[in-house]
Amino acid sequence: MKEELFVSGRHIPNIDPYLSIWHWEIPVYLFLGGLAAGIMFFAGLFLVLGREKEMETTVKRAPFLVPFALVLGLLALFLDLKHQLYFWRLYTTIRIESPMSWGAWTLMLITPLSIVWAAGYIKEAIPGWDWRFGILKQFEALVIKYRKHLAWAMMGLSLILGVYTGILLSAFNARPLWNTSILGPLFLVSGLSTGLALTMWMSKSHSERKLLSKIDIVLIGVELFLIIHLLMGFLAAGMVQVEAAQLFLGGEFTVSFWVFVIIMGLAFPVTLEILELFGYKIPIWIPSLLILFGGLMFRMIMVEAGQITRFLY
Amino acid sequence: MRYAMAIDTAKCVGCGDCVVACQTENNVPVGYCRDWIVENVSGSYPNVEIELRSERCNHCDNAPCVRCCPTGASHIVEGGIVKVTHNECIGCGACIESCPYDARYSHPDGYVDKCTFCDHRLAKGQSTACVSVCPTSCLYFGDLEDPNSEVSKALKNRSWKVLAPEAGTKPQLYFLT
Repeated sequence: MKEELFVSGRHIPNIDPYLSIWHWEIPVYLFLGGLAAGIMFFAGLFLVLGREKEMETTVKRAPFLVPFALVLGLLALFLDLKHQLYFWRLYTTIRIESPMSWGAWTLMLITPLSIVWAAGYIKEAIPGWDWRFGILKQFEALVIKYRKHLAWAMMGLSLILGVYTGILLSAFNARPLWNTSILGPLFLVSGLSTGLALTMWMSKSHSERKLLSKIDIVLIGVELFLIIHLLMGFLAAGMVQVEAAQLFLGGEFTVSFWVFVIIMGLAFPVTLEILELFGYKIPIWIPSLLILFGGLMFRMIMVEAGQITRFLY
Repeated sequence: MRYAMAIDTAKCVGCGDCVVACQTENNVPVGYCRDWIVENVSGSYPNVEIELRSERCNHCDNAPCVRCCPTGASHIVEGGIVKVTHNECIGCGACIESCPYDARYSHPDGYVDKCTFCDHRLAKGQSTACVSVCPTSCLYFGDLEDPNSEVSKALKNRSWKVLAPEAGTKPQLYFLT
């Protein structure tokens, strides 16, 4: 039986014929959020483990990028809003059921925390730095004294942030490609991996890079495993979900997904990292850049493809 | 009170009067609409069937747009009508993404807009704009909890369906088949 649908009287911008309300801003924001979560999680982790001496870049240097990443991410989010003058409405309420409300409040906590964390290390990074005001010096002393507590808070909040970047999409039952609970862990792992990639790129210590690279190999393995499960879950589910998976298995996003995300963003860089562990000399920027590129492409593709998928009736 | 609408797909001729009446009544900007006509053609020649549906927001009992709204701008008022408070809406688009019926749109002024079941007319004791103009009287509106309302009577005597019940939103537009 052939079925055809015509909708008359409807050519609404960004909704017909395909939904396209979210453009580049949302994936960029999700990417930067995941990246920031990755850097902060490992900064907190290695401080709590008492290894800030060997893992200097992870704990002290890379976190300087986090406030910039978060502010740029928030800027992208702000650009996405269509009623921008009312953005402050996010902070006049807490909506437990809305992932976006969770995200807004998490960012409200984690952004200042990331600035405080970086400020605590600014003297080590820039010799001769002077805070000038006594109150700032006292505050810095306080930050240094309670650094371990901050590290725990940062780890917890960065996990929430990382999972949130996935849940933001997975909470939409109307978009079958997003509506899977695996998206939260998948985006978290992907975010942690991009954070590690950037940290590795910045690090000058061979032993630090080697440890980070080992963790990253495991994370990419988990990520590939979760992606396989994502597709398996879709194929075993209802018609709309099967059609969502088809976008990546022969449909219009097949080439971009497999080439940019799976091969260039995950399989190739993880192969390079493994080769490096076996003693081959590989410039670190190649796998790092590829992982970052793959992470961004993954979010771009998921956001765009997800909006095409819908319930049929 | 539970407002709902029944649409007789056998009586609808797809004239689009409901669309124009809504656009006029609610000052909907040009190029946008809060209700629309779907022509669903099925079968193959010579056994072809056509179903005409006047669609709009389903004013769901379990509304995903209200759940995902980060500011509470999307809310439910008396009678189960889903509404948007314009000066609380930040235009994030979450509710548009969450609607399985694509019933919401981003108004050129920034906020998200949608069908209100003409609650400003209901307050005056009138029916919705689309119902009041329908030339074939194929739209029935009223309170589901009142057994003598137009919509209750229409649903009692006919078989009906709702759209995408598997989305779990408990939609309140009933299509008489």
